[in-house]
Amino acid sequence: MVKAVFVQILAILLAFVTGAIVLSLTGYSPTLAYSAMYRGAFGNMYSIGQTLAKATPITFTALAFLFAFKSGLFNIGAEGQLIIGAMASAVVGISFNGLPAPAHIALALLAGAVAGGLWGFIPAFLRAKYGAHEVITTMMLSYVAIYLTSYMVNYPLKAPGWVAQTVPIPESARLPRILSPSQLSASLYLVVLLVVLTEYVLRRTVLGFELRATGLNPDAAENAGINVNRGMILALVISGAIAGLGGSGEILGVHRRFIDGFSPGYGWDGLAVALVGGLNPVGAFFAAILFGALRSGGMVMTRVTGVPLDIVFLLQALVILFVAAPKMIRTLLKRSGLKWLGS
Amino acid sequence: MVSAVVMRGVTKTFPGVVANDHVDFSAETGEIHGLLGENGAGKTVLMSILYGLYRFDEGAIIIDGEEVEVDSPSTAMRLGIGMVHQHFMLVPSLTVAENIILGREPIKNGVFLDTERMLRDVGEFCDKYRLDVDLEAPVHTLSVGVQQRVEILKALYRGADVLILDEPTAVLTPQEVDELFKAIRALREEGKTVIFISHKLREVLAICDRVTVLKKGRVVGTVDASETDQGRLAEMMVGREVVYTFDKDYCEAGEPVLVVEGLEALDDRNLQALRGVELEVCASEILGIAGVEGNGQTELIETLMGLRKPTAGKILLNDSEITTLPPGERIRAGISHVPEDRHKRGIVSDFSVMENLILGSHRNTEFTQWGQVLDLAKASSYSDKLIEDYSIDTPSKKTLARNLSGGNQQRLVVAREFSREPKLIIAAQPTRGLDVGATEYVRRKLLEMRDQGCAVLLLSADLDEIWAISDRIAVIYEGRIVATRDPKETSEQELGLLMAGGRDD
Repeated sequence: MVKAVFVQILAILLAFVTGAIVLSLTGYSPTLAYSAMYRGAFGNMYSIGQTLAKATPITFTALAFLFAFKSGLFNIGAEGQLIIGAMASAVVGISFNGLPAPAHIALALLAGAVAGGLWGFIPAFLRAKYGAHEVITTMMLSYVAIYLTSYMVNYPLKAPGWVAQTVPIPESARLPRILSPSQLSASLYLVVLLVVLTEYVLRRTVLGFELRATGLNPDAAENAGINVNRGMILALVISGAIAGLGGSGEILGVHRRFIDGFSPGYGWDGLAVALVGGLNPVGAFFAAILFGALRSGGMVMTRVTGVPLDIVFLLQALVILFVAAPKMIRTLLKRSGLKWLGS
Repeated sequence: MVSAVVMRGVTKTFPGVVANDHVDFSAETGEIHGLLGENGAGKTVLMSILYGLYRFDEGAIIIDGEEVEVDSPSTAMRLGIGMVHQHFMLVPSLTVAENIILGREPIKNGVFLDTERMLRDVGEFCDKYRLDVDLEAPVHTLSVGVQQRVEILKALYRGADVLILDEPTAVLTPQEVDELFKAIRALREEGKTVIFISHKLREVLAICDRVTVLKKGRVVGTVDASETDQGRLAEMMVGREVVYTFDKDYCEAGEPVLVVEGLEALDDRNLQALRGVELEVCASEILGIAGVEGNGQTELIETLMGLRKPTAGKILLNDSEITTLPPGERIRAGISHVPEDRHKRGIVSDFSVMENLILGSHRNTEFTQWGQVLDLAKASSYSDKLIEDYSIDTPSKKTLARNLSGGNQQRLVVAREFSREPKLIIAAQPTRGLDVGATEYVRRKLLEMRDQGCAVLLLSADLDEIWAISDRIAVIYEGRIVATRDPKETSEQELGLLMAGGRDD
């Protein structure tokens, strides 16, 4: 465990070193760029808030990915599940005007989870019944979600004006902000709770035991009396619901309305974050903070030092590359004499 | 006359096993030569050496009178040796003709595939050997029998004069077998040498000119097919100098625990695998099912466990019907299962020893709180007890099962399955791949369970194992129980004959 974390951190450091080399080769000072980035990400309460705000939705989608992954399923449709969850929350937020705040928020969150869960159920059902591979179906359904919601905010639910967005949701459905004026909202508490819950469910419950067994060896799981199809459906529904809640959090906490294209690819980032976090819920949370910091710090870096924002995407790509190549890292460790880590 | 193939003194060892022990083998030009032996007798290894897939430790290979070095399949092909494996190596999306010419494509204008010439060449080729196939059909649309024909054509197209067929009938229907035999005879007329690997006596006698019998890596003898019969071949194949009897106490069998009536099921390719199995296993009894692999054993086990749906028939456990129950409920009803392939069905390699030990019992109230949360403390003390009782050699209960030796993994499975207080144990190949000590241990445990009143259904391809501990022996052949014998009143020769499909008379 300690070893795995160490290898992961080393991969991240290696990415930054490589980034520094690229920076100096292109005529920028890596120290200036990185320190600006650090200040932008963690320099004051506002920047910390922004970092965490950007980390929140990708923690949701990372949890969604890894929950399905532990059950032996590749849910790469978190993007669509997040978006459909967001739309469901927006609709409930707008149409149940007049409910008291806690009930309204709870109902809107529930709608997001149910919608995301449904978006997970469809591919699970298709897999269980017809053997359609979930990689294809979850991805296809993402596009369905993207274009369906796009249609809704361009036509039936469009607010007056130029922008493809709904009218704002009422105060009673809004999640409170934290560290204002940053965009961070109580959605953070929800995701932290889910991190703990995911870890607990997978490690300690009968359900988690059965899902992990199914993920690691479906034949042995079946032989042990575990209902593999039922587990598969449950896993994808829960996975979709987690992503859907992420969408709810963005709508109820950040945007306060559904805006077409509000997600810059949180679903895809979640996949990367889950991998960088070592497919572990707590690890995913920290990896999400790293990605969030890169985003929020990157903006400040560009403003202060003139380094193009592309370096942020380069860093992200390098982190993923190095994390995805643990063998390479191990070999490097062996060469450098750290044998106990390399084995 | 010079022999087409001579292998002299070939020895090949794998860690812990001597697969071939100074094997002498020769096949003449224009001969169909059978290579007969039980599973693990070393037939496939010997032929893989000839085909360049393995290197022998010592020995010599002589092709057409010249000693040669066969270091790879491509060398073998150049020397005119072709092999058709049990698992086909075809590109499913390409057509028959494309698969046959793959690697020797006729080219026109420097870069393009000359389709016309390809079809003409391959067509002539098929006519010559009277092998009839639709050349333009994609391979994945063909039946297994036709795919096999394509494999044979591919080998011939590459210039094979010696064709090795590794258990070619194992995957075929009886009609396809007839077709294959016609093709093999046509090859003989063309002067080709065919080496036919099999463990089915009847087929070997039907098609071969001569037969070489291997047993435990050694040649028992080579005989003319016309001068022998099933009985004598069976004796060569399974017979032993000393008749071995396991020292076991007699145990009075009780009431029937498992009753199977007219059970039918399909295999993964939707062919009939079980054709009306009738069985009865009583309390305090071990019923051994002997049979050559692939005669429906896997399907029988899976159907009994609820992992495969029967198409007809009934399964009764202690007089209540369980035919349609899912696996979980069968486990709760008292069935334990030691799977034939422990890596596939027995253990979750990336689970800890503890997790593996509670797998299947994890829903028992014993291990849960409020039905949904695992009680790790109880699971932990339970694991400690099983590790101790069954002497599982593991650094700790948190060690991943994959890091255990094969014998200890099997002990783990046995520990888990036997400590559920089962009424019926289905043990399939329970000692496969285990060393002598672990084998003895598992067999003794099975006898112990029997003495405690458990019904045991033992399936094994190893006749010695069946012989060692069974109270009654049933023989399965082509999805039917063809005979049941009292071990005191039968011989290994008789069983061997029954296993190979010899008539019961």
